[in-house]
Amino acid sequence: MCAMRPEPGHEPGDSAPGNLDRPDYSGPQEQGWKAVLTPEEIRRALSRIAHEILERTHGGEGIVLLGIPTRGVYLARRLAARIGEFEGAPAPVGSLDVTMHRDDLRLRPARALQRTEVPPDGVDGKTVVLVDDVLFSGRTVRAALDALNDLGRPRSVQLAVLVDRGHRELPIRADYVGKNLPTAHREAVRVLLAESDGEDSVLLGERDQ
Amino acid sequence: MNRHLISAADLSRDDAVLILDTAAELASVADRPIKKLPTLRGRTVVNLFYEDSTRTRTSFEAAAKRLSADVINFSAKGSSVAKGESLKDTALTLEAMGSDAIVVRHPASGAPRRLADWTSGRVINAGDGTHEHPTQALLDAFTIRQRLVGPDQRGKGLDGVRVTIVGDVLHSRVARSNVLLLDTLGAEVTVVAPPTLMPWAIESWPCKASYDFDAELRKSDVVMMLRVQQERMSAAFFPTVREYRRRYGLDTGRMALLPEHAIVMHPGPMNRGVEIAAEVADSPRSTIVAQVANGVTVRMAVLYLMLGGAAEETL
Repeated sequence: MCAMRPEPGHEPGDSAPGNLDRPDYSGPQEQGWKAVLTPEEIRRALSRIAHEILERTHGGEGIVLLGIPTRGVYLARRLAARIGEFEGAPAPVGSLDVTMHRDDLRLRPARALQRTEVPPDGVDGKTVVLVDDVLFSGRTVRAALDALNDLGRPRSVQLAVLVDRGHRELPIRADYVGKNLPTAHREAVRVLLAESDGEDSVLLGERDQ
Repeated sequence: MNRHLISAADLSRDDAVLILDTAAELASVADRPIKKLPTLRGRTVVNLFYEDSTRTRTSFEAAAKRLSADVINFSAKGSSVAKGESLKDTALTLEAMGSDAIVVRHPASGAPRRLADWTSGRVINAGDGTHEHPTQALLDAFTIRQRLVGPDQRGKGLDGVRVTIVGDVLHSRVARSNVLLLDTLGAEVTVVAPPTLMPWAIESWPCKASYDFDAELRKSDVVMMLRVQQERMSAAFFPTVREYRRRYGLDTGRMALLPEHAIVMHPGPMNRGVEIAAEVADSPRSTIVAQVANGVTVRMAVLYLMLGGAAEETL
């Protein structure tokens, strides 16, 4: 019985092994979790990434920001708004669900799908910037590259992450990094954003059990 | 959700909404240049059909193939069934060939339930006798939600939607599954049929029953016409087709009684000119073509949720 129920509120992000959703969570003061990025630092990191994207893509010519649900989408929207502030025109932004392309589907019950929304102009010939909260094993990004492949043929694909915590299991790297965070494998990184958690913060703690 | 999908009553409201939400996301796959997802690569789905079917079988086949599953079509005609092989032996044979799920249609009510006891794979009921056809009910619910709840449909049921199901309720597995599922999703269902085609214990169904089509039409958001199933009728249930049409057929005059926003559904195949007039079937209010397209996405959602996760039960 009940084999196909997804865990409620489970985030299919890269940080999934440690970024456990805990409804009883009461804020960054929670025991055992240490804040490693403040709201102010997150804001500055995103501004810097937005500038770097504009620099690397010659003023954001032909870019499309695609966030990986859930928190990558909020970060992608924030980056698009920043780019809009700096350049006058906001960058096209969307979301890319990678659930159906994950390599660990058979290890857990089937999960609910998240939204995939591609801007009306599509991704063909564009410079796609994938946006996620935490870069860990790299498996989510691999799934995202496969998912993107089914949507069209971008001119190039880049990757922006708020936190790179290391421990890659695939030959994948980020083009834009908010913060490089050296971690032990047993540690967990949790990204909180105002849109989903009521506040901005990045926390480091021990993985449950 | 359960291991098998035998009856619409097996689905809780959360299960049903999850299937509809998953289908809503999968609908976009049909608009992509590559209409295929790798999710069920290496899984085998067997279509085991003991009754004729075009749309359900091809719909399941398309759904499984869009998820990259391997599909084996097995129809009773021209197989060992014609030589007298039993359902059980056929099931064991298919399982020995490595099937992960069996999609079964059978003229005997309850056959999928029996099959589920004999096989270790998943069983999906694609219509058993006059009992149930749960994936048809799911695609009908999906179509109703798409048309009447609109783009902000995620997570929502069909609360307060008034659905009238009309025609040969007695022989209809579509009607039974729809009544059960639509009630689970919060819709108010009324069945309308001639007294001879009304099931005996209709008062035990979670719906209202009526013999007066015109009175129900005026307060319907959805009117679902059922096919008159001549092949299952062993007695004279109504005097003439003409009389049936006059009392229970949906023509343009009757369609005018419907509220402005109401939609007309039919599970197909239609008997044009019997239960539904050709002009009604082809009108913009009719969702008959959308139902077929939605059938593929809803079946993809069911296959994904039943086969996409861990192979063995974790609980």
